[in-house]
Amino acid sequence: MNKGTLSRAARGLWVPLLIVALWQGAAVAGWLNPQILPSPWQVLQRWYAYLMPMEAYDPAQGSYAKWLVSGELIHDAIGTLYRVIVGFLVGAVLALPLGLLMGASKRVYGWFNPLIQVLRPIPPIAFIPLSILWFGLGNAPAIFLIALGAFFPVLMNTIAGVRQVDSIYLRAARNLGAGQSTLFVKVILPAATPYIFSGARIGVGTAFIVVIVSEMIAVNNGLGFRILEAREYFWSDKIIAGMLTIGILGLAIDTAMNALNNHLLRWHRGLEH
Amino acid sequence: MTAQIKVEHVSKVFKTPGDDVVALRDINLEIPRGQFVCLLGPSGCGKSTLLNAVAGFSLPSSGRIMVDGATITDTGPDRGMVFQEYALFPWMTVAQNIAFGLKIKNAPKAQIDAKVAELLETLKLTEFRDRYPKDLSGGMRQRVAIARILALDSPIMLMDEPFGALDALTRRSLQDELLKIWEEHKKTILFVTHSIEESIYLADRIIVLTYRPGTVKRDVLVDIPRPRDPSAAGFNALKRELAELVMEEQQRHQQAELRGLTTD
Repeated sequence: MNKGTLSRAARGLWVPLLIVALWQGAAVAGWLNPQILPSPWQVLQRWYAYLMPMEAYDPAQGSYAKWLVSGELIHDAIGTLYRVIVGFLVGAVLALPLGLLMGASKRVYGWFNPLIQVLRPIPPIAFIPLSILWFGLGNAPAIFLIALGAFFPVLMNTIAGVRQVDSIYLRAARNLGAGQSTLFVKVILPAATPYIFSGARIGVGTAFIVVIVSEMIAVNNGLGFRILEAREYFWSDKIIAGMLTIGILGLAIDTAMNALNNHLLRWHRGLEH
Repeated sequence: MTAQIKVEHVSKVFKTPGDDVVALRDINLEIPRGQFVCLLGPSGCGKSTLLNAVAGFSLPSSGRIMVDGATITDTGPDRGMVFQEYALFPWMTVAQNIAFGLKIKNAPKAQIDAKVAELLETLKLTEFRDRYPKDLSGGMRQRVAIARILALDSPIMLMDEPFGALDALTRRSLQDELLKIWEEHKKTILFVTHSIEESIYLADRIIVLTYRPGTVKRDVLVDIPRPRDPSAAGFNALKRELAELVMEEQQRHQQAELRGLTTD
């Protein structure tokens, strides 16, 4: 990290620090009802309690490392992350081949496009009642909803990606002797990856929104469940701690996706490393 | 001696909503093995159309094109194409681009590696083997495109204004390398250009095409010994002669464009 990045990071810290200071000041002055808006310090303490193990370390129960990650927050974060990843993978794995086919074949596009155009504008959240009827409670309906949220962005971008493949690559590959399957796997698919990846990134973002909502309804752990549960007990400090955790987890997922993109698309023109 | 490439009564008509454009009309050519042929003419004379027909990308509307006695029905690696826009696969490194054709043929890995190493050496690309095309200059990219064709040992090389986008110095050095490769590998080359000087510098034979419909205006054998000196008297005499022919067609092109403007 050089001096420029450091000073830029410092500049970005001013506004949040000022807000937190004003907030803490208002709480200390007694202007805020702690039930409605607890002080930052209270949030931080609650966050720490939420993060740390609930019981004292007991060597008989297992290793120290295992004890250290036995806190409620760690469990919730892992549960949420698990649903996002599994749901996203299910959605993307279904969307990718369909998108490739729809992008490559006008006929297949004609078959599926009207149906997709009607289903696509329905928010995944509108599927909640059906998903519970179909899958009951637990991970299954959550994963169904998340997969649905990830499915459409990946599908639409895959179709667009296949369609924009420059015909000169197809001509060059056919000239070098490529048959249909080689053309598809070695040319069309990689040429479409920049589009597919930007669809995947949008899809993960949608998955992350849907996971929080579905946890509020279908399961009894995860960050979405936890902030709703905290509301039942009027633990507004825990609600805010949970929300900040959601923010940080979302940022971490997006950063990881971006790093993966930059690595896999390092051949792509116009990408900054 | 029989011709390797035979173009027989080839016409090509492009259907457009307004009226049909006759790009080529009744072209007849015989190109013997190992000849370096330039197709010369202004934009719109159908030289690229003819090349694409020989490549098999866009078959003639009537007539036929034969290679070694067989009529062309599709594109294939026996007629390797080098495009003006390079058309390298940007997601493959230089070495992977060169190896692509051999991989399709399921050649043994050792053979692919040896061939790629040899071609990287020939085209002075060894240091760039693991680079992606976006990191290469235009001249470098075109070397990779040439290496990609050479990897397949195509007996015929088709080149569509391959050096058109390069600066003059890069262009000259690539022309020299191409001549060296042609002499060593005994390829038949069909080379499209609108540069008169380039055609005289390179070709055994120059075919000047007319502007729409494309027909053969003049078929010239160039008997200047190589290496050719663009400032020599013989070179310049031929250049003057060809310039006159090409300019006649260029004027027809301009008149057609003006007519197009006034009728719009």
